[in-house]
Amino acid sequence: MKFTEEHEWLRVEGDDVVVGITAHAAEQLGDIVFVELPEVGTEVTKDEEVCVIESVKAASDILAPIDGEITEVNDALVDEPGKVNDDPIGDAWFFKIKAADAGQMDDYMDEAAYNKFIG
Amino acid sequence: MADLGALLQTPLAELHAALGAKMVPFAGYAMPVQYPLGVMKEHLHCRAAAGLFDVSHMGQVILRGANIDVVAQAFETLVPMDVLGLAVGKQRYGLFTNEDGGIEDDLMFANRGDHLFVVVNAACKEADIARMKSVLEPAVSVEVIEDRALIALQGPAAEAALARLNPAVADMVFMDVADVELAGATCWVSRSGYTGEDGYEISVPSESAEALSRALLDMDEVEPIGLGARDSLRLEAGLCLYGNDIDVSTNPIEAGLIWAIQKVRRAGGDREGGFPGASHVLGAMAEGVARKRVGLLPQGRAPMRAGTQIFASREGGEAIGEVTSGGFGPSVNGPVAMGYVGTSYATIDTELYGEVRGKRMPLKVAKMPLVPANFKR
Repeated sequence: MKFTEEHEWLRVEGDDVVVGITAHAAEQLGDIVFVELPEVGTEVTKDEEVCVIESVKAASDILAPIDGEITEVNDALVDEPGKVNDDPIGDAWFFKIKAADAGQMDDYMDEAAYNKFIG
Repeated sequence: MADLGALLQTPLAELHAALGAKMVPFAGYAMPVQYPLGVMKEHLHCRAAAGLFDVSHMGQVILRGANIDVVAQAFETLVPMDVLGLAVGKQRYGLFTNEDGGIEDDLMFANRGDHLFVVVNAACKEADIARMKSVLEPAVSVEVIEDRALIALQGPAAEAALARLNPAVADMVFMDVADVELAGATCWVSRSGYTGEDGYEISVPSESAEALSRALLDMDEVEPIGLGARDSLRLEAGLCLYGNDIDVSTNPIEAGLIWAIQKVRRAGGDREGGFPGASHVLGAMAEGVARKRVGLLPQGRAPMRAGTQIFASREGGEAIGEVTSGGFGPSVNGPVAMGYVGTSYATIDTELYGEVRGKRMPLKVAKMPLVPANFKR
């Protein structure tokens, strides 16, 4: 698993990269009450806003961590946004991207580096 | 992270730390925004059982004069409320207005026999105190209470919890005030609050605030609740937050606070007018207003927060209103909001649109409160 400085995690699953937010991010955001997912088939570029999540406090964007095409979204989060707090690195993934350039993954932190990053 | 060290602290600062509160700057104070339970569960707990809030940042003021009528008469020059007619042992909601009929602050005032006890918002308290001093003194003294904390116990189990410390509180009804001995301290208790739930606000000597709070928190039904849930509770209850929903540019009639202006102060009443901006307020009452504060229920799941522009149609046209408070309502289990719309759009069930991230999403004008109030009248 890889981690971005925006507190996203990335997990390779076959041809796809699964994207979610870290437990640290979920805790900082507080109770998640709304998730707006991208559409399957959308072409995204790295650092583009693709997803909106709202906690009781505020709205936040999730950025595309890599270039590619959205191949699947986790519709279950629309009805149960609270899953993001309950199981952020398990069931509560947000979307899958078919990577245009898998090499972009190399820039991101591993778990040890991320844990150090959030200190 | 904001520098919390530069902020004022309430007498309950150590308790908040012990309880694991997340502290934020609010109106110059370090205040608990949430505890480990989290905003959503805190909110639901308060509606189901009882929540304890530290509201010590608010201003507590005592007004004294030769007798209570002198004080009440003087106070009526500052607020459009019936103060002279307020019975001993009762509390009332009030507003400080300005010469333009705008709202300088909202407040609670109580007739405690030989004086008025006034509670004002933290962010406005310096201005409020200055206003009261300049208008009321020397006939009425303005005594700022610095040595007492203010806590609120709110929710359907509040009575049972507080009555364990002193059964006398069970005999109080909505807006009653009384001196009550609680955990060894003489407290000034009112049966009121700002959550839409039954409950009490308790002014307690600072040195006794932690012991009283701990005595309540030791009870199964009581959990500490932060400002985050206080905001969603009052929003569902349709209650205005000063600075968001009402401010110096809001006429009380636009704000839907006509109920707070008793007949005796209205046109044709025995003590008509006589408060700042009376012509504007009474004029608005007679002639109507161009915009009104309404409850709003976004029809999707996306919260519509303060500043969201409201439109009459899905495409085109100018904004006809704006959200002034909005977020997620845990008891409604969906987004809730309030705001101002043109009067012709203010009818319950009118379908409008709020623009969120460039997209217009449907919302409905809704009856307030958005969650039924639970006061013990």
